[in-house]
Amino acid sequence: MSFFESHFIYGFFVALLMIGLYGAIAKVNLVKKLIGLSIFQTAIILFYVSIGKKDGADIPILPYDHGHSGHMLAPMAEQYINPVPHVLMLTAIVVGVATVGVALAVIQRIYAEYGTVEEDLILEKIANS
Amino acid sequence: MRGLAILCAIVVGGILLWGSTDFPAWGRLDSPASVNLSDQYIEHAFEETHVPNLVSAILADYRNYDTMFETTVVFTACTAIFLILRLPLGPLARHRNTTHVQAARQRLPRDPILEMACRVLFPPTHLFGLYVLTHGHYSPGGGFQAGVILGASFILLAIGFDLRAILARFPEGLFVPMTALGVLLYIGTGVLCLVLGGNFLDYEALRVLAPGISKEMIRSHGILIVESGVTLTVGSVIFAIYANLVSRGNQMEGL
Repeated sequence: MSFFESHFIYGFFVALLMIGLYGAIAKVNLVKKLIGLSIFQTAIILFYVSIGKKDGADIPILPYDHGHSGHMLAPMAEQYINPVPHVLMLTAIVVGVATVGVALAVIQRIYAEYGTVEEDLILEKIANS
Repeated sequence: MRGLAILCAIVVGGILLWGSTDFPAWGRLDSPASVNLSDQYIEHAFEETHVPNLVSAILADYRNYDTMFETTVVFTACTAIFLILRLPLGPLARHRNTTHVQAARQRLPRDPILEMACRVLFPPTHLFGLYVLTHGHYSPGGGFQAGVILGASFILLAIGFDLRAILARFPEGLFVPMTALGVLLYIGTGVLCLVLGGNFLDYEALRVLAPGISKEMIRSHGILIVESGVTLTVGSVIFAIYANLVSRGNQMEGL
């Protein structure tokens, strides 16, 4: 397998991360900045999940026949993909939703205070007051 | 600003791409993430916990400190939103009161098709959430996913009808204590293990309460108990976030 074939997947995550970073820096609208940060986070989550992949391996759920638990073969490590990144990202996704909620609440508060979510207008209002 | 942002993104992306050339090939069996600990989990998790879904077993048994604090983070986020939006504070309270008087005048007429569709969809969604929780040991699922599905079922009702209609049946006095109750159930299980003579969150100590159960099965049941706590917290937090965000904290008028 060529180097490109085995490593091109990381390029996708880097590209997604660059899009998110650009959005978080360049956009003036606070909601768009937040979307940029969420894309950045998604890139990292995808990267973590991709680490768990093993060639030719199955999802990390053992085949289980209800009521016939005695007939199960001992699982081999190379048969199942790595479950640890899945565990880490499972919690990170839900925590990500909650933190995006907090960010939106802060943006609503800023909107109530300044009447706008455009960063330059907010800075202008702070400078004038 | 735009040029600076593009430059930043390209520099960071370039460094990361350069760094990724040192990564192991994608999907290799001997990549550093997939040796040592992960092999131990895959080969021994079932015989130690009797949970075929290895993700559930690791989430709520081997790494249960991690999950406990993640649940606490979700609860803290809900508290933060409550403090930012719900508590009546000067400019925000004035703002939301004026805009909501305007919004109430422009309310859309009720749509019977939409309401009926949400009414029909709600019970299966709710039931599916409970299935994902209780069957999370044997199939993809678990506490976090079930919590999100349950929260989504309430949000569906709140969108289809309006926020006040759902808050009359599922009031704030119920879902805000539920966020804390889930965390309490999780940490309480840990403290109960401690009191019964084991380590914190070491479910084998619970065998004193249920003598007939093998020490593998008691770990399986312990996982179900803490996952229920996670479901309570996540489900009610998702709905609390929605209810406070769409109404700017006054919980009078939704989208």
